[in-house]
Amino acid sequence: MAGHFQKKRGGSKQEVPTSAMPDVIFILLFFFMVTTVLREVTLKVRVNLTQAENIEKIEQKRLLSYVYIGPERLPGNKLGEDKVQIDDAIVEDIGGIRTLMYDKLREQPKLIVSLRVDENSNFGLLTDVQEELKRANTFRINYSTRREMN
Amino acid sequence: MLIKKRKREEAEINGSSMADIAFLLLIFFLVTTTINVDTGIGLVLPPPLEDEEPPPIRQRNLMNILVNAEGRILMDEEPYQISEVKSRLIEFIKNPNNDPDLAETPELAIVSIKTQRETPYRIYVNMLDEVMGAYKDLRDEASRANYGVPYGALDEDSPQQQQIQDMYPKKISIAEPGDS
Repeated sequence: MAGHFQKKRGGSKQEVPTSAMPDVIFILLFFFMVTTVLREVTLKVRVNLTQAENIEKIEQKRLLSYVYIGPERLPGNKLGEDKVQIDDAIVEDIGGIRTLMYDKLREQPKLIVSLRVDENSNFGLLTDVQEELKRANTFRINYSTRREMN
Repeated sequence: MLIKKRKREEAEINGSSMADIAFLLLIFFLVTTTINVDTGIGLVLPPPLEDEEPPPIRQRNLMNILVNAEGRILMDEEPYQISEVKSRLIEFIKNPNNDPDLAETPELAIVSIKTQRETPYRIYVNMLDEVMGAYKDLRDEASRANYGVPYGALDEDSPQQQQIQDMYPKKISIAEPGDS
């Protein structure tokens, strides 16, 4: 009589089909490959960003051009004078920023200059850079900050 | 007679390890990916001053904020704490009691920020943050009153957003720093 209550087992095997697994993984792989931005510049100055609350996101990274301002990293973990870094090199001649930025503006008319300034820097050097940006007609700037954690 | 016999063992690449390779790559990109969105305070610099005179501005519509070398904040010559900047600015822009010393209308209000060369950058950004916060609060308030949603919830470039922007335009001027 016990056999009466026994369920009928289906003949099919209970297995998850794994043949599509490589495809799924590949799609994930492509997603991460496309979104990954490998760090393209080596920072020659130290930049610890400040924090702020009322900030906006910049979605279009293509429009961005970075200017780093902060104390120069010297060998032996020492920090030197405040310097300006654009792309991969430290710019010694502040007056040269004008032509540099002007060329970038020609390539990307909607250029936004992202100023990444170390929190312990003074305003003086930043002012000189801003004056140069004005002369280069790159008026849209952005003071890069981190989100304030409350 | 010259037809070759096609009956051979089929040449096949063993594809079973493909998934493992893909996994390995996937893990590499997972680890190296930083989905970081750049955030910051946006500003538009004023064009460089030529010899021509700047347009006349009535003194009551102008709020001068000076951040000096010690990081102290002066608003229209009076010292303020950084926490007081926002409420003071909102009062200046809205001018609820029609004070003759404060802005005539919000559209005419201009915030002029002046610094000195030795001004610490951190204080400057904090102050700018407060200014942006004042405008955000005002826009939120106007948006809530008119459309029942905060300003951030309005669609980009929609007429509603444009209207709020016209009510409280962000007129922030960065003056060239003084020396002393």
